[in-house]
Amino acid sequence: MHGLINRAIQSFVCATYGSKSWLRATQAAGLDFDEFEAMLIYEADISTRILDVLCTELNRPRAEFLEDLGTYLVSHPNMEGLRRLLRFGGVTYVEFLHSLDDLSDRVRLAVSDLELPALELREHAPAEYQLHCFPGLPGYASVMTGVLRAMADDYGALVFLSHGGDRNGAEVISITLVESAFSQGRQFDLGARGA
Amino acid sequence: MIGVDDLAGLLETLCPMFVLINDAGRITQVGPILQKLRPDRPMAGEHFLNVFELQRPRSVTNLSTLTSTPGTRLHLRFQDAPRTGLKGLIAPLPGGGGAVINLSFGISILEAVRDYALTSADFSGTDLAIELLYLVEAKSAAMEASRSLNLRLQGAMLAAEEQAYTDTLTDLKNRRAMDHILGHLISMKSSFALMHLDLDFFKSVNDRLGHAAGDHVLKQAARIMLEETRGEDTVARVGGDEFVLIFKGMTDRNKLGGIARRLIQHLSEPMQFEGEACQISASIGTALSTQFDTLKAVDILHAADLALYAAKRSGRSCHRFYSEPSTARHPG
Repeated sequence: MHGLINRAIQSFVCATYGSKSWLRATQAAGLDFDEFEAMLIYEADISTRILDVLCTELNRPRAEFLEDLGTYLVSHPNMEGLRRLLRFGGVTYVEFLHSLDDLSDRVRLAVSDLELPALELREHAPAEYQLHCFPGLPGYASVMTGVLRAMADDYGALVFLSHGGDRNGAEVISITLVESAFSQGRQFDLGARGA
Repeated sequence: MIGVDDLAGLLETLCPMFVLINDAGRITQVGPILQKLRPDRPMAGEHFLNVFELQRPRSVTNLSTLTSTPGTRLHLRFQDAPRTGLKGLIAPLPGGGGAVINLSFGISILEAVRDYALTSADFSGTDLAIELLYLVEAKSAAMEASRSLNLRLQGAMLAAEEQAYTDTLTDLKNRRAMDHILGHLISMKSSFALMHLDLDFFKSVNDRLGHAAGDHVLKQAARIMLEETRGEDTVARVGGDEFVLIFKGMTDRNKLGGIARRLIQHLSEPMQFEGEACQISASIGTALSTQFDTLKAVDILHAADLALYAAKRSGRSCHRFYSEPSTARHPG
């Protein structure tokens, strides 16, 4: 598992539940270190172990925990850089949704060894979309649900998200766009690099 | 054949930073994004070269020369501040009557989005500007993460090197190892002798023949010390030309005196380095663990140090034992 993914979990837990929770979890999971390096690769089962321990200790279903992680990745001030990268996807929320088809390619352009599962947006009716999350990273659809929800707030769009079941091995997120300009949303200044 | 107005309509969609000029080099129309860069100064009607400074091709001073060579690449910048650099491509209108110049930011895109508060909507759908900006941010973030990893790895490497117990030049133990062993012997209440050995004339070898010769001498000296000691003894290089030797379980002054004499004798034999003779010697001070009621590492090291300086005061190539101050001279 790429260090960036493990680091995201670490950062989310430290910011939300405190670094003591994180240290306890690394010990309970039997890790002999307590900080993931963003640019190193780790064994896949390390991530599974730490997630299992965290969900047990915090008494939260894994899907819920991962959805909160997705929200954190977009909305927390620690993660402003990532939010900006996602906002490059489009001027409106709908453009952003369409840009998700390219997300894994965009990610690989930035970090060549970070492989994220393919995503495919399908438009079923005006304002009715389905995002197909293909396999490769267990729990990715849950994280993406959190990301989609937080990005809707970021763009000022009002959306309704639900889990649309599995289809041909892909997990489906159903997206209903209730209103694209529901609120002001957050500013995205192209030139505010490194903010 | 489409008219100039229709052409301008097309250009607004396809290249929002176009400039249409007439025969006289005056601007007749500009794309909406280009005009957005100078909101208070309508460009239409101005002479092209009053708005833009032509940087390349350098030889050209009037536009009619340019308009006669289609496909010429231009390097321009604004005449007034902010003097944003622009790239341009010129295409004469078919049938004469002027030319289209399509402009783009090129590498100045990073400053331009900041200076003009441009948004994604300001770029045409085929412009790679947004992808370029995305890449710059994504790569900077990835580079920063890698850089911070490098710094931490470097820190860890330095710590590991410092922790290593070997003197890399001589393969003897280093100061840290010596401290560790000395602490262990004291905590086990072992009896032992500690010699502080200082090479004489080493500095002059270094000064006269260079560091390579100095290193050679240190390696030879290390070899001699290992030869003159037992396997269970400790030989550590604790400074440039300073060594500490610890003899576990040995407090016999006669034996220690003999060892010191042999060490000095062998270290005083000339060593050869690239045809040059290197002459050094050694001074030694020895302290015994049995000379202390309560033994502390710092005390026995200090005692051996005092003995070493007593040896040096007696002339070079000498060995002295530490003599404890008598209680009579130091009452209380």
